[in-house]
Amino acid sequence: MFSNTDFWSFIFGRLTWESIPHEPIVQVTFAVVTLGAIAVLGAITYFRLWGYLWKDWITSIDHKKIGVMYIILGLVMLVRGFSDAIMMRAQQAIAFGDNQGYLPAHHYDQIFTAHGVIMIFFAAMPLIVGVMNFVVPLQIGARDVAFPFLNNFSFWMTAAGAVLIMLSLFLGEFAKTGWLAFPPLSEGTYSPGVGVDYYIWALQIAGLGTLLSGVNLVATIIKMRAPGMSMMKIPIFTWTALCTNILIVAAFPVLTVVLAMLSLDRYVGTHFFTNDGGGNMMMYVNLIWIWGHPEVYILILPAFGVYSEVVATFSGKRLFGYVSMVYATAVITLLSYLVWLHHFFTMGSGADVNSFFGITTMIISIPTGAKIFNWLFTMYKGRIRFELPMMWTIAFMLTFVIGGMTGVMLAVPPVDFVFHNSLFLVAHFHNVIIGGVLFGMFAAINFWFPKAFGFKLDPFWGKLSFWFWVTGFYFAFMPLYVLGLMGVTRRLRHFDDPSLQIWFVIAAFGALLIAAGIACFFVQVFQSVRKREELRDETGDPWNARTLEWSTSSPPPEYNYAFTPMVHDHDAWYDMKNRGYERPLEDFRPIHMPKNSGTGPILAGLSVAFGFGMIWYMWWLAALSLAAMVVVAIVHTFNYDRDYHIPAEEVAATEERRTRLLAKQQA
Amino acid sequence: MKKTLRAGLPLLGILLGLSGCGMVVLDPAGYVAAQQRDLLVISVVLMLLIILPVMAATAYFAWKYRHDNLEADYQPDWHHSTQLEVLIWSAPLLIIIALGAITWIGTHTLDPYRELTRIEHGKVIPQDTKGLNVEVVSLNWKWLFIYPDLGIATVNELAAPVDTPIDFDLTSSDIMNSFYIPALAGQIYTMAGMKTQLHAVINKTGTYKGFSANYSGAGFSGMNFAFHGMKEDAFKEWVRKVQAKGDRLSRKAYLSLRQPSEDVPVKYYSGVDKNLFHDIVNRCVEQSKVCMNAMKPGEAGPKETELGNDRESVGANHANGNPARRNEPSANEPEGSKSRSQSAVPNTLKQEKRDEGGSPGAHATREGDNGDGAGNASGSGANTNGGGAENGGTKEPAPTD
Amino acid sequence: MADQTMTTADSEKPIFYVEDYHAPGSTMFGFWIYLMSDTLIFAVLFATYGVLGHAYAGGPTPKETLELPLVALNTAMLLLSSITYGFAMLEMERNDKTKTLLWLAVTGLFGIAFVGLELHEFSGLIAEGAGPWRSAYLSSFFTLVGTHGLHVTIGIIWLVTLMAQVMIHGLGEDNRRRLTCLSLFWHFLDVIWIGVFSVVYLLGALG
Repeated sequence: MFSNTDFWSFIFGRLTWESIPHEPIVQVTFAVVTLGAIAVLGAITYFRLWGYLWKDWITSIDHKKIGVMYIILGLVMLVRGFSDAIMMRAQQAIAFGDNQGYLPAHHYDQIFTAHGVIMIFFAAMPLIVGVMNFVVPLQIGARDVAFPFLNNFSFWMTAAGAVLIMLSLFLGEFAKTGWLAFPPLSEGTYSPGVGVDYYIWALQIAGLGTLLSGVNLVATIIKMRAPGMSMMKIPIFTWTALCTNILIVAAFPVLTVVLAMLSLDRYVGTHFFTNDGGGNMMMYVNLIWIWGHPEVYILILPAFGVYSEVVATFSGKRLFGYVSMVYATAVITLLSYLVWLHHFFTMGSGADVNSFFGITTMIISIPTGAKIFNWLFTMYKGRIRFELPMMWTIAFMLTFVIGGMTGVMLAVPPVDFVFHNSLFLVAHFHNVIIGGVLFGMFAAINFWFPKAFGFKLDPFWGKLSFWFWVTGFYFAFMPLYVLGLMGVTRRLRHFDDPSLQIWFVIAAFGALLIAAGIACFFVQVFQSVRKREELRDETGDPWNARTLEWSTSSPPPEYNYAFTPMVHDHDAWYDMKNRGYERPLEDFRPIHMPKNSGTGPILAGLSVAFGFGMIWYMWWLAALSLAAMVVVAIVHTFNYDRDYHIPAEEVAATEERRTRLLAKQQA
Repeated sequence: MKKTLRAGLPLLGILLGLSGCGMVVLDPAGYVAAQQRDLLVISVVLMLLIILPVMAATAYFAWKYRHDNLEADYQPDWHHSTQLEVLIWSAPLLIIIALGAITWIGTHTLDPYRELTRIEHGKVIPQDTKGLNVEVVSLNWKWLFIYPDLGIATVNELAAPVDTPIDFDLTSSDIMNSFYIPALAGQIYTMAGMKTQLHAVINKTGTYKGFSANYSGAGFSGMNFAFHGMKEDAFKEWVRKVQAKGDRLSRKAYLSLRQPSEDVPVKYYSGVDKNLFHDIVNRCVEQSKVCMNAMKPGEAGPKETELGNDRESVGANHANGNPARRNEPSANEPEGSKSRSQSAVPNTLKQEKRDEGGSPGAHATREGDNGDGAGNASGSGANTNGGGAENGGTKEPAPTD
Repeated sequence: MADQTMTTADSEKPIFYVEDYHAPGSTMFGFWIYLMSDTLIFAVLFATYGVLGHAYAGGPTPKETLELPLVALNTAMLLLSSITYGFAMLEMERNDKTKTLLWLAVTGLFGIAFVGLELHEFSGLIAEGAGPWRSAYLSSFFTLVGTHGLHVTIGIIWLVTLMAQVMIHGLGEDNRRRLTCLSLFWHFLDVIWIGVFSVVYLLGALG
């Protein structure tokens, strides 16, 4: 029936031996990753950990474990994204004049695209969502999120997207379009390969996970707060989480649609964004930035929340201006929808439109400025302990204002005409994303790690990591500001002007310092695990902190709180400590909890297969896995046995252990 | 305001000092870019008014209220002060009001679509000055410059006489690029099927770098050109040189130039086919295609243009890899003929010029788009038909495409 | 409950935990938020249609392609299905399992008729050479209408699943909640369709 080639191309679509990249760099990476994976899988098998992993982690619907898994995913992908960064820095540091550097365009263009996509979607987002997942239910005194199963599913969908992106490294190619894949370059005519399809499906699958997780956390914060916690008593981190998740729910559908339209253009031959047939590529640029600008605030708002908690805790002082902080957050949330056009002032919009969007952008700096002042006055008349989270926070305050300033410069349309797409712009957004989001995530990890695992992170290696990161950041990005002023644009693979080289060399040196910072962070984690007995915290409140999560044990029991707390203040735990809270020791009741479920990881695995089938035109695989997903989802709904009760005796025993620990502490 | 400027002078000094080492953005050679630089400096100075104190206070508070400084005042419950709150909201607000006003004015005076009124500070352009018209096309991966009044064209080299207003009309053959000569003026996108505009003037002679500032694919790094600012005589000499050396840029020559190529050397053309730029914008350089601004809904059949060629539907030309899905057996047998037979309905859609309160909402002019169609991607004005669609040579009404 | 205990006098010891607390159910609230985000999906598709709705690229216009009588019939199907779903919910309130199932089945049949008619319309258009690849107008038309149709299809699959569940497990609390969610979804699709019908079909055929 089939001729031989027909048969194989039916089975494998456009996947052939030729699809495996031939660059030695990729092949070596592939070998290393494969060996690493074999070693890890072998170790898991050898230590018989599969059952434990499956039961306690992969299928877990405990928000704390899911939060931790998100953060691990984020850190792994941070390393991948950083490898791309350092390759770019190396290329740009050497590719001058006759020297073409070591990366051909085909490879280099994939690298900067992958770097952007991975850092935003698969490093920053998982870190943010992970911290929110871990902290929010604890902070509002809930036992879990509103939809625990959905939470697990969301995580695995994000992971599935990451898997697809990693696959693109070794099978085929990734997009060569820049991280937002503007058409017409990303259309089938100009990018016929699998790269853009990897991009589309990885983001589509991960985006679905993010959207569902947004719905979940909004419902959690609105519906599941402990009694007494009125809106104006919500801890500030949870407030920022609420605003971020509202932004997710309101922005990610736009991304879903715009990517769907791009895929229709590529797969079906429609004319949404094509040059011919009436398509309009400007619509893509508008739509993707209507998602993309709120996305920036999705990332930064929770980081602002982290800084607020950290500043208050380590200054030993109530947060200055809680109310104005809440309003500032809300105003930023609203305004973030009114500024998207500032990403393309140079598209030829009229002066009225450009000035409108320029001015709305500047207005955002007012609430942001108010926040900075609030942190500043929280430090004022405090007793500041320079623990790691606080160090990150101060580094943030000093760094972020520079990024804020350059941001407002870029918001002035005529100034943007000279800086748009330049390395000045690149320096600006790394200034706010590293100086804002990433510093915030390191503050958060150092701050909440003892809550998650019961011991602090090692301060020596943490400080080393901090200093490498901060100096590395300045070395890596200040030269880019200078280069921007010299009129150098971004995404260039090769330069003619040798006078630029010194700045790229300095930037590459900065990237090396950051590499040391990342390495020190992993050493810090490793060392902390080794020295965990020394670093152990048995109080549950190692920092003398203020919000509810520090009132329970570290790590918290799976039910978080034996009794639901009653809240009187946004610094609930500080209030409890001050007004003679006594831990309940008896009268425990059975606690109603959701059961673990394997459906999430199974659906996510099938969606990887579906995406893979679509990318490689293996239609049978796509159809089969889509059908399987529908069946699995339906079967899942027939399971009515989704919860159980932790018996009162077990709760009593858990709490009793903690009582003994606390007593030992005091003795 | 005066104070601001005085405070800004040392900073300006530093910036200008740095500009010695090649910071072209701070030390441009064109009046438009110079005004953009001024705006840049003013905005930095305004913001430093607030940012420097904040940075100083952060460092000072961190040091003063450190844990082991037991002499410092400690008030763990102090968390509100109405005066301070008013201050922290109003100080940035005032600065943003000032900056907003400057932005509004600056954006309007430096609108790239606005014709220049001055060639230098205080030098008004005389009424009868004849500017230089240049039509810019970004191709994969090189720049084509057509001088419609001089009848010449160049690839990857641009020249203009100093102190003469230059009027650029820009488009792209395929991928979006951004036309940028930092020494001359800010950048503007070039997009296929659309025309953007830029007005600028070069005040100092010299050779400056020009390039694409928007990534456009494999050959992007080599998409550079030299821009020569020349004295009037030198420019005339240069034009004669181009006229003497080059071939003719016919439609056929354009189509072969359009083929992707990288690091393309400078090339001169001594003559240019009539209306070439118009046809590039309207995507009908190929004789087989109907110009976008000549398409009428439901009757995309051959239409007589001034070139008098039979042209066929653009719709059949989309090379998206799925010809089999189309109903028509061959791309040369246009769907247009079928649609035409289906429809006896005349075109009822007249071009509607959008009135956006007297100001153009967006200028990137898509020839042939109906104003309320593509004009408003989700409420933005960043779009196509700002009204008054003029195109390079023809005065056809622009119905929908 | 919470508010009363909050107002403790200063002399009293404040209450810091509650012995028996059940957070209110959040399924319906969560489902509303999901519907909001789905609304945004349609909003973007409508906006796209607004932008590209006149980009015929020389191809056919709405006047030439749209058949109002067919669409009127289709609209009737969907509106009737919403009414019958309402009857199903009334029967659910009365705890009448059989009648609930019956009305659900009727609803499903109307839904299938709707999707069937839509597919008929689409295949007719494609046969005439007015497929989504013909012009940007047709791309946006097919995508907007097709996305709605896809939602209805998912709704039908969900409906059949729920019918099976009601058959097996009866009208318990879980199934009532699910039926209510689907009811929201179904009416939501109705509302969207009214938008599609007015903007795409009526304005297209008349304008």
